Amino acid sequence: MIKNLIIILMSSVLVNNYVLSRFLGICPFLGVSKKLNQATGMGIAVIFVMLMASAVTWPIQYYVLNALGLGYMQNITFILVIAALVQFTEIVLKKFLPALHKSLGVYLPLITTNCAVLGVTINNINDGYTFVESMVSSLGVGLGFLLAMVLFSGVRSRIDETEIPESFKGLPVTLIAASFVSLAFFGFAGIVENLFA
Amino acid sequence: MLPQILIALAIVGGIGLIAAILLAISSYFFNVPEDETVIKVRACLPGANCGACGYAGCDEYAKAVVKDNAKTNLCIPGADSVAAEVAEIMGVSAEDVIEMVAVVSCTGNCEATQNKALYQGVNTCKAASMIYGGPASCVYGCLGCGDCANVCPYNAICVKDGLAYINRNLCLGCGLCVKQCPKGIIKLVPTTVKTLVLCSNKEKGAVARKNCKNACIGCKKCELVCPEEAIRIENNLSYIDYDKCTRCGKCAENCPTGCIKCAD
Repeated sequence: MIKNLIIILMSSVLVNNYVLSRFLGICPFLGVSKKLNQATGMGIAVIFVMLMASAVTWPIQYYVLNALGLGYMQNITFILVIAALVQFTEIVLKKFLPALHKSLGVYLPLITTNCAVLGVTINNINDGYTFVESMVSSLGVGLGFLLAMVLFSGVRSRIDETEIPESFKGLPVTLIAASFVSLAFFGFAGIVENLFA
Repeated sequence: MLPQILIALAIVGGIGLIAAILLAISSYFFNVPEDETVIKVRACLPGANCGACGYAGCDEYAKAVVKDNAKTNLCIPGADSVAAEVAEIMGVSAEDVIEMVAVVSCTGNCEATQNKALYQGVNTCKAASMIYGGPASCVYGCLGCGDCANVCPYNAICVKDGLAYINRNLCLGCGLCVKQCPKGIIKLVPTTVKTLVLCSNKEKGAVARKNCKNACIGCKKCELVCPEEAIRIENNLSYIDYDKCTRCGKCAENCPTGCIKCAD
């Protein structure tokens, strides 16, 4: 049981990293990774939203949608729930962490349309995870997102200090750097299965 | 068929309704009361977040005006009109903005100075100044790599002959270039000030002259000629007291190296 959960956690943090291996949630990954503190804040906000979203969508899927034969309403229901949760997160952040709320700015409402959050909730259902497993998986995906953000903000601060050819300045060099980081993560493929062998 | 659709509608609608109610409740409980005057003041400000007022941005300045009684005339890009609006909201008498303009205190272009070394590194003043104070013969002077020109949001700065020039008509006095210059030779002065010492060299006259033909040599001629006693020499460099200066221009006429100039 525990071993299974650890495998799920490790695989969602490293092997199936949503940003760097599955390419979901690229928008905040490129948008908010300029500074380390903003990247960390965004990562933690996403972890929070992912956990909340999984905790709410899993019962909805199994006890409401499946029970009534409405499995096909999965996408629209999940989007609705996630949008409401993001709004809730924004209200809470504004109250308790106004500085973070200000620095995240427009990217916080954008978690609503962050496909990584929708992706993790739908994949939890598709992979047939139990409630506990899906929570662990969401935590792992969120941690993976945080890891990707933190790593990439480091890479970007190095990019800022280097001379870059005029035509590569800005987004092009950022995308190239992102592809390198992504390549590094492909090196994790296949290690989790052998973790406890 | 129809009941199926109705059930789907009811479920999704119901979830939406529950979410809406929960959000309404939470927004009521976690409500952050915002001062209405702050919002009004913030609405008058330009919103460029340039920081010329000395606060972290327009939001912070608006807060400071309302809560900490900050002056209403600190927004330099907004000029008098914004200051008047802010003063009206706050119910205090309007004060005109002291408009500032940035000035490069150096006249050491390529003709006046020599290079003591050939610099081939990263082409920014910041990098160049890290190596023995930069390649220029005068360690106080402008390096001419254009860090200030790159940071200027109004394109008011251009670099010609290895020296930065500021267009007084375009400069709004935000002070970003002042922070950027590694030599610290860009200063903000009120736009009313016309007579300026355009040199920052504190070396002794002979050394300064050797390093730059236009340098202030601390000869005290300006100090003697000034009818208002507004000029004094400190550390081999001339300083003008702007409060006493009457813009007569005698110092500029008598300066042997031409480092005191009258702007038009």
